[in-house]
Amino acid sequence: MSNHVTSSPFIHGAANVTRTMQLVAYALLPAILGSLWLFGWGILINLILAISTALLAEAAVLAMRHRPVLITLQDGSAILTAMLLAISLPPLAPWWLIVIGTAFAIIFAKQLYGGLGFNPFNPAMAGYVLLLISFPQEMTSWAAPTILRSADLSLWQTLQYSLTSQLPVGITLDAISSATALDTLQVQLGMGHVLSEIRSSPIFGQLGGYGWEVINGLILLGGLWLLRQRVISWHVPVGMLGSLALMATLFHFVDPEYYAGPLFHLASGGAMLGAFFIATDPVSGATSLRGQLVFGIGVGLLTFIIRTWGSFPDGIAFAVLLMNMAAPTIDYYTQPQVYGHNRRS
Amino acid sequence: MLTAILALAVLALVFGLILGYAAVRFKVESDPIVDRIDAILPQSQCGQCGFAGCRPYAEALARGEVDINLCPPGGEAVVMGLADLLGRDVKPVEGGAKKKMIAHIDETTCIGCTLCIQACPVDAILGAAKQMHTIIADECTGCELCVAPCPVNCIKMISVKVAPATWIWPYPPTSQQAKEDS
Amino acid sequence: MSRAALSNSATQKLWRFHGGLHLPDQKSLSCEQSIEQAILPKRLVLPLQQHIGAAAKPIVKIGDHVCKGQMIAQPDGYVSAALHAPSSGTVAAIAELPIPHPSGLKATCIVIDTDGEDRWIERQTHGNWASINPSELRNIIRDAGIVGLGGAGFPSFIKLNPGARTEVDTLILNAAECEPYITCDDRLIRERVTEVIAGARIMRHALHARRTVIGIEDNKPEAYAALQAALARLKHVPIEVVQVPTLYPTGGEKQLIKILTSKEVPSQGLPIDINIVCHNVATAAAVHRAVELGEPLISRIVTVTGHGVHTPRNLETLIGTPITDLLEQCGGTTKDLSRLLLGGPMMGVTLSDHNLPITKTGNCVLALTPNEFGPQGSVRNCIRCGECARVCPVSLLPQQMYWHARAKDFDKVQDYHLFDCIECGCCAYVCPSNLPLVQYYRFAKTAIWSQAREKQKSELARDRHDFRIARQEREKAERAARLAKKKAALEDKSAGTDDKAKKDAIKAAMERAKVKREATKVAPKNTDNLSADQQRQIDEANARRAAAEQDGEKKS
Repeated sequence: MSNHVTSSPFIHGAANVTRTMQLVAYALLPAILGSLWLFGWGILINLILAISTALLAEAAVLAMRHRPVLITLQDGSAILTAMLLAISLPPLAPWWLIVIGTAFAIIFAKQLYGGLGFNPFNPAMAGYVLLLISFPQEMTSWAAPTILRSADLSLWQTLQYSLTSQLPVGITLDAISSATALDTLQVQLGMGHVLSEIRSSPIFGQLGGYGWEVINGLILLGGLWLLRQRVISWHVPVGMLGSLALMATLFHFVDPEYYAGPLFHLASGGAMLGAFFIATDPVSGATSLRGQLVFGIGVGLLTFIIRTWGSFPDGIAFAVLLMNMAAPTIDYYTQPQVYGHNRRS
Repeated sequence: MLTAILALAVLALVFGLILGYAAVRFKVESDPIVDRIDAILPQSQCGQCGFAGCRPYAEALARGEVDINLCPPGGEAVVMGLADLLGRDVKPVEGGAKKKMIAHIDETTCIGCTLCIQACPVDAILGAAKQMHTIIADECTGCELCVAPCPVNCIKMISVKVAPATWIWPYPPTSQQAKEDS
Repeated sequence: MSRAALSNSATQKLWRFHGGLHLPDQKSLSCEQSIEQAILPKRLVLPLQQHIGAAAKPIVKIGDHVCKGQMIAQPDGYVSAALHAPSSGTVAAIAELPIPHPSGLKATCIVIDTDGEDRWIERQTHGNWASINPSELRNIIRDAGIVGLGGAGFPSFIKLNPGARTEVDTLILNAAECEPYITCDDRLIRERVTEVIAGARIMRHALHARRTVIGIEDNKPEAYAALQAALARLKHVPIEVVQVPTLYPTGGEKQLIKILTSKEVPSQGLPIDINIVCHNVATAAAVHRAVELGEPLISRIVTVTGHGVHTPRNLETLIGTPITDLLEQCGGTTKDLSRLLLGGPMMGVTLSDHNLPITKTGNCVLALTPNEFGPQGSVRNCIRCGECARVCPVSLLPQQMYWHARAKDFDKVQDYHLFDCIECGCCAYVCPSNLPLVQYYRFAKTAIWSQAREKQKSELARDRHDFRIARQEREKAERAARLAKKKAALEDKSAGTDDKAKKDAIKAAMERAKVKREATKVAPKNTDNLSADQQRQIDEANARRAAAEQDGEKKS
C-alpha cells in the first residue's frame, strides 16, 4: 500500500511531547536550587550522574532494538525520569546507587516494555523502590539541612564522597547527615513517645521536617506553575493531597498525640513531588480526568496508610506503583458517556 | 500430619465434585470448534494449504495437527482470527501475503472442453461441452484450480479492480518506516 | 458531559457538546471579497458519483449535444441523484477519469466540451410552491439533482421526507461553517440571503416543520445581521436565526443539533429519528433555485483560499470545472505552495493532480504554504495523556481506538464505538506525539467494511461449494443406482432358471422378425445369375449363420 497517502487533519496544534517534558523540567528548577542551598552539592552530582546514565542506557537499548536513537532521546522523557529520581534520592548517596537506580528505571521499567508510552509502572518510582528494598541503609541516610550540619562539604569533597565514600579528614558522617522527619517520627512513635515531645526535636521545622518543608513549598510552586501552563490538570494533585490531608485530619482529631496533622503530612517527604510530578505521569496513570481524580485519591490514601502503619517512613513510591496497577481498571470504569448512547435518545 | 493430608484430600474431593457438577450443569452450548474455524476460513477451496478444501483444513486445525498460517487467500486477517480462537501465536502467512486475483478465460482460445468447469470447487464457470466457457467474476474465489487443467492455457489470473468505494486506507507508517521513507 | 446552558442576545437557550477546539479561523483571507463568477471552462468533467448512494446512470451518448441544465444521468434507485449538464456543449467522452478521492483512483465521468453559448434548456418554474403537495415538491428537488452541499452529498429529497410522521419538530439550517478558511456559506448569506430564506421556507413546507432555526457561528456578524434584517422585512415568517459560539466542529450535524436542541442523535441513527432535520444553507438556496426558478444543481460557490494562491476569493463555479482553471482565476499558485486540498484543513483531501474537477460537494480549494500547517514534529509513541479524549466532540476514547486499530484488533476497536467517529480531526490536532489518529480510524473502518464484504463472499463460496459437493454426490448416486439396476437386470438374465422361457422368447422373437421381413417384402436381391465366387460367399455366410444359431442354442 502506498505510504504517500496521508489523511486529514493537515494542521496541528502546539502540543508537543518534548515541550511538555521541558516545561516539567523547568518546574523542578526551584526545588533543585532550594536543595542546593539547604542540603549542599549532593543533588547536583546526583542529577549529572542520573541524566548521563539515563541517556546512555536508553541509547544502548534503542540501538539494540533497532529504533531511531536520536529522535527518541529528543523527546526528553529519559532526562525527566532521571531528574525525578535524582531529586527523590538522598543527596549523599554513593554514585553506584544513582547509576543502578536510573539504569533499572530506564532499561527494565521503561524500554523493555516498549519505551515511552508502553510502561505500566512509573519508571522513577520503580527504580526508587528497587533501591529502597535492596539498599535500605544507603537510602535512609540523608544529608542534614544547614542548621543541623556541623560541617559543610565543598563541591569537590561531595564528589569525592559520592565516588569513593571517603570523607575529608575531620568530618564524620554524623556531622553531615541526619534522619528525615518522617523517619524520626516513625521511630519515636514506635518507642512510645508522643507527638508533642517528638515535634520539639530540632529536625522538625514549622510544618514538617526543617528544610524539607521549604523544598516541598518550592515543589508546590513549580506544580502550580505547571497547572497554569496547562501541562497537568488539577485532578491528581487535588485528589492526592486532598485525601492525604483528609485522612490525616481525621486521625489527628481522633488521637492528636499519636497521629500527625495534615499540614505535617503535606509538607513532609515526597508529598508535593508525588502530587504534582510523579502521580501526574500520563503514561502510567489514569487517562480520563475523573479517572485521574480517583487515581490521586488512591495514592493519597495508600500514602497515609503506609506512612502510619507500614514499615517504611514514606509510602509515596509504593502508593504510586500500587495505583499504577489499578490504572487500567480505573480507566475501564471511568469511560465517558458517548454521544448518541444515552437512554433518553 | 495425617490430619493435614486427610483434610487436603477431602477438600480436593469436595472441590473436584463441585467442579465436575458445574462443568455438566453450566455447560455452554456452542458451535463445535470445527464449524467456528471453518467460519473464519475464506472458502476459496483452493488447496493451497495442502488440504482438499477449507473444511478438511479446519478439521486438521481442530485436531491441532497443523499450523494456522497456511492459508494465503485468508491473509493476515484469517491468521489473527485463528490465533484468537485457538489461542496460538500469530505468524506471518506461509509464503507471504498474495494479492486477490480472479480467473479470466480468453474467449478466442477456449475450446469448450469443460475440464475447468469440473475443476472449479464453487461452480463459478458457466459453460457446457462445445459451448463457450466464462468465469462468473463475482463468484470466483481466486483458487487457481482451473488454470492447470485447461489444455489450451487460456485461463489467466487477473487482479481485482479496486473502486473508490472498496478502497482501503493504508495503515499509517510507524515512525521507523517514516524514517526509512524519508 | 457538560450541559451548561449559554444564552445569546436573542435569549435562546443553548447547550454545549463535549470537547471541541478553538482554531485560528483564517476567514479574513477570502471573506471580504464578493463572489466572482468563474470563467466558463473549455471542458467539464462530471463524475457519475458525486453523492452518497448509487452512481447515476448516463442517458446521453458520446457526440450528443446537450443544453445547460439538461439531465445527462438519471438516478439509479432511491438513494441516488441525477446529474445535469452545467453548460451547453457536446458530450466528448464517457470514460474512467481521475476524481478527487484520497485513493487517487478513477471513476466513470461524463466529459462535456462547452460550446461557449451557455444555452439553457426550457426551465419550469413553480412560483406557487406552497400549493404544491410535498411529495411533488420532493420529486422536483430529486429531478434537480440536489444533494447536501455542506460536504456529505446526501440526496436532499430524501431528507425532505418526514416519513410516517405528520410533522417534523425542528428544521435546522446549518450556517455554522466551522472549518478554518472556508467562507462560501458566509458570502452566500451576505449576498443572497433572500435565496436562502426562500429555500428554507420551501423545506419547511415539505417537512411541515414546527420550528425552523438557522444556526450561525458568531464569527460571521455580517451574515447574522443580513439574516436578521431579511427576516424582519418578511414579517410573519416563523424562522429564527441563532448565533452559536465559534468552536470547531459546531458545523457537524450532530453537534449543531445538540447545541440548539440539547437532543442527541442516537448512535447509528439519523436526526429524523428524533424528529429533527438538518440542511446546509447552500442546499436551501439550491432548493429555491430548483423549485422557483427551475434550475437544477449545476453550480456552487467554491472558496479558493490559502496563502498558496495570490488572490483568494469565492467563485461561483460550474460543477465539473477543473481546479487548475479556478487557481488561475485566483492569480495562480505561489512558488511556496506546499499542499493543495479539496476541502478544509481539518477534513479535506489532498489533490495530487491539480487538474481534477470540482464536484457538487467541493466547497473549498485550499492552497497551503509551509508555515500554515502549525508545528509539525516527528511521530512518537502515544504517551496516554488523554488530550484526545478531552477534545472529542463525540466523547469517544480516541486513545483506546488508536491502540486497537494499531493492533488491527477490529472487534475491540468497534467496542469503543469506532463507527460513531465523525473524523473531525480534533484528536489528531492536539496529539503531542503527532499521531495520525484519523488515518488509523479510517484504515480500521475501511478494513472492517472490506472484511464484511469478504465474509459475505466466503459465505457464498461455502454455499456454492457445499452445493457442488451435494450435486456431485447426487449424480454419483444416480449413476450408481442406474448401474445397479442394469447389473441387477443382467444378473437376472444369467441366473439360469428360466432357460425354456428364454429359448421360447428368442424363438418367438425370430418368428416375429421373419414375419416382419416378409411383411415389408425385404427379400435378398440379386440372387439370380450369381457367379461362382458370389455363390461361394453366400454359402460361407449361410454356413456361419447356421453355426451361430447352433451355438446360440447350445448356450441357452
